[in-house]
Amino acid sequence: MGRVKSLLLLLVITALALFFVLPLLWFVFAPFNERASLGVTLPNPPSLANFQEVLSSELAMRGLLQNSPIIGVGTMLATTITAALAAYGLSRSTIPGRQVLTYVLILFSSVVTGTASMVPIFRLVFDLGLINTHLGVILTMTGGLLPSAIFIMQDFVEGVPRSYEEAAMVAGASPLQIFRDVTFPTMRPGLMVVGIWVLVNAWGTFLTPFILIRDPNLLPAAVTFYRFFDEEGLPQITLVAAYAILYTLPVLLLYLLINWRYGFRFFGGIKQ
Amino acid sequence: MQRGLLSRPLGLMFLLPAICFVLVFLIYPFFSIFTMSFTNQTLVGAAATNPQFIGLGNYEQLFDVNRWMRRGELGHSLVLTAQFVIGSALIGQAGLGMLLAVVFNGKRGVVRETVYTLAITAWIIPDVVVAFAWFAFLDPDGTLNQILTGLGISPIDWLFDYPMLSIIFFNTWRGTAFSMLLFSSALASIPPSQMETAEVIGASAWQKFRDILLPQLGRFILTDLLLITLWTFNTFTPFLLTRGGPVFQTDVISIYTYRTGLQFFEFGKGSAIAMIVMLINLTIAGVYLLISRSRRQQWDA
Repeated sequence: MGRVKSLLLLLVITALALFFVLPLLWFVFAPFNERASLGVTLPNPPSLANFQEVLSSELAMRGLLQNSPIIGVGTMLATTITAALAAYGLSRSTIPGRQVLTYVLILFSSVVTGTASMVPIFRLVFDLGLINTHLGVILTMTGGLLPSAIFIMQDFVEGVPRSYEEAAMVAGASPLQIFRDVTFPTMRPGLMVVGIWVLVNAWGTFLTPFILIRDPNLLPAAVTFYRFFDEEGLPQITLVAAYAILYTLPVLLLYLLINWRYGFRFFGGIKQ
Repeated sequence: MQRGLLSRPLGLMFLLPAICFVLVFLIYPFFSIFTMSFTNQTLVGAAATNPQFIGLGNYEQLFDVNRWMRRGELGHSLVLTAQFVIGSALIGQAGLGMLLAVVFNGKRGVVRETVYTLAITAWIIPDVVVAFAWFAFLDPDGTLNQILTGLGISPIDWLFDYPMLSIIFFNTWRGTAFSMLLFSSALASIPPSQMETAEVIGASAWQKFRDILLPQLGRFILTDLLLITLWTFNTFTPFLLTRGGPVFQTDVISIYTYRTGLQFFEFGKGSAIAMIVMLINLTIAGVYLLISRSRRQQWDA
């Protein structure tokens, strides 16, 4: 009985592992194969020619090293700081209906940031004179990510004991000082989690820059990548394969680092 | 709980930047969509510069019973979206996430780390890359068909012959990590002594799951289902894989909205669809909130 059970367990685990790994195989082998096609073949011999192809493409490199980092870090800073302030304000004051507020905001963002809102967003950004700028993309993405960021951040703020702040208040610190010197440092895990979450999201977002940026020199890697496999029918598979790795690696490493450093225990904090 | 460290005006000061963002990038587009949905606004032509108020015209057109179940129309798209959400979010992501969390509950080691890392990788990789990886995976010459050929099964053009199944598996693969992480943290918070006691009494694995884990996971399951339902309902990523085709077979609501609003530039009609999408979102959230309220007593006991 025990043996049958553990065999069954092994089968389930193997099947799950295969399900997750198989679609990634192409992604692992094709970049190192000079004659990569859509099938998976062992590169023979392995080559770095595809990467040279990417390195020599000015458009690809500018997206990867300049535009995506600007958009990613900009969105991360704007969203994290705004969300931290808002979560603190919501948690420590008696604003009526504050619990319902974040729910309503999340609902709003899940609808309004989608494809549906792209027409009014486009007109708005155009009227502000921010079309074809990184700032326009950063602000739009911050607006979209903010509700969820506040939602996640609230759990962390609630986890910071009020007694610290009360002690600081008794000692005569101003609310802003308390926030800056007591609460902000103690919610560092929350800031990390939200910051990384926003960065990964902004790095991967396709639709917003696709619609708001027309100048090829300003395009982030997400849109450049799409252009490489969308243009002229046939994708340049070798270029796409190598670019995929270079574009993905930063976020992947960042995320695995955070996972290893902090673990995912933080999700236990959701609505405890 | 209710005592405030900040006065109300001071609390609002902390909220001010967020309020500005929300007003400009969420509330304004919402009202813009709302008003536009009652006009015949388009990008080009007479209706572009001088849109007319047409009342419920767009809605009447969308809900016209004679056509709305045809391919490429609203009803058809909603049916496809329901299939997509039930298949990939409720069954796929939540089911598989729960399975992974339960199987590896209380375990450490290389196998768990490997499977978790793979699932998280699938979740982290940017949309465009994932879409292309699956495009290659499902291609007639791709990995999946190479394996099938190796097993003596003739190749299948998945994206052409089974497009809905393809995007369901794609989205399951893509999003399972979130549910898995949420459930496994929730499971970790249950004291192991309860499981050990059940072990001593001789409870079966299913009994332990049903009587100990499931009741305590209730609120986490609801949070998870609410979020992934909303995300899946609104996701645009299938577009990168199938573009809604072939012949509207994967024309889920986000793609239908995009097609109407940003490809055909029928802003008025597109806005009307967006309003319907929002009402459905509200309904989903409302149902989950109602369940959560009626069950709260039970969970808090």
